[in-house]
Amino acid sequence: MTGIPRSYLFTWAALVALLAATLGLAYVPMPGPLNIVLALGISVAKALLVLALFMKLFRAPALTRAAAAAGLFWLAVLFALSATDYLTRKVDPVGDLSAPTGREHRSGDR
Amino acid sequence: MSEAGPLPRPEPQYATAGQQAEAAAFGMWVFLATEILFFGGLLLAYTWLRASHPEGVAEAGRHTKVVIGSVNTLVLLTSSLTMALAVHAAEQGRRKALTRLLAVTALLGLLFLGLKGYEYHGEWTEHLVPGLNFHEDSPHARTIELFYFLYFLLTGIHGIHVTIGIGLIAWLALRARHGAFSARHYTPVEVTGLYWHFVDVVWIFLYPLIYLVGRSGP
Repeated sequence: MTGIPRSYLFTWAALVALLAATLGLAYVPMPGPLNIVLALGISVAKALLVLALFMKLFRAPALTRAAAAAGLFWLAVLFALSATDYLTRKVDPVGDLSAPTGREHRSGDR
Repeated sequence: MSEAGPLPRPEPQYATAGQQAEAAAFGMWVFLATEILFFGGLLLAYTWLRASHPEGVAEAGRHTKVVIGSVNTLVLLTSSLTMALAVHAAEQGRRKALTRLLAVTALLGLLFLGLKGYEYHGEWTEHLVPGLNFHEDSPHARTIELFYFLYFLLTGIHGIHVTIGIGLIAWLALRARHGAFSARHYTPVEVTGLYWHFVDVVWIFLYPLIYLVGRSGP
């Protein structure tokens, strides 16, 4: 096996190490949202490894990098604008503020 | 073992073969950007569900098969390595290595789908399939049902992507065997590689969201 670039093997080893880390850390009780923050942080690190070394994104032409960035930008818009609704809305109604609809017997569903 | 090979003639709208290859990679990245948003809507639904019903999602997460999920993550990460090595072999015009590495990548993809199918079978027998046989005795049953609804949508759509990738890569392997690629012309290998790595990246995010949620709980 000649000519296998070591950087690819190291990338793979790092990805596997991060997989083991995220799996192990998931079983450790942590305060608040720390579990999910760590898990997503590790996912971002893994994704960056794949993007940078396997997909060679950061050595790609500017136009290509712009296309990739546009995907993330619109994803951020999707989440941010949706958050303006969901983060400012109570899941459970504070009181019954609605006009009668004739379908009140269904309100116990959720 | 083909050496440099003949220089492919670019299509009429391109000045050089290099410009044509660049445009192909750019086109794939534009497609991948739309794919981010395609999965993004479902991930937003997941975020909403998890933020509104954290206990239910945690309980649902503990129903998932973490061993299969983790092994499958390893399988996909490894297939990304073999795909990257395949592109590297193509760059150097090593035909045999290219054919073998593409075949290994496709086989790893098949292994992923096989394990996924086994997992789906387990979920069927445990009555976790919303709309078909869902049954759960828990105060969080409705949340668990929604979680599994998103689970089947996300992993199902991801599985379709993996299936398409396997088809493309198997086709490339056949063409590579017949010497269709050379160090001067391997754009299809490179572009399919981008697609395959992207499918891997999607799984990298699905893995903790599906399999690791709630593991530190009771």
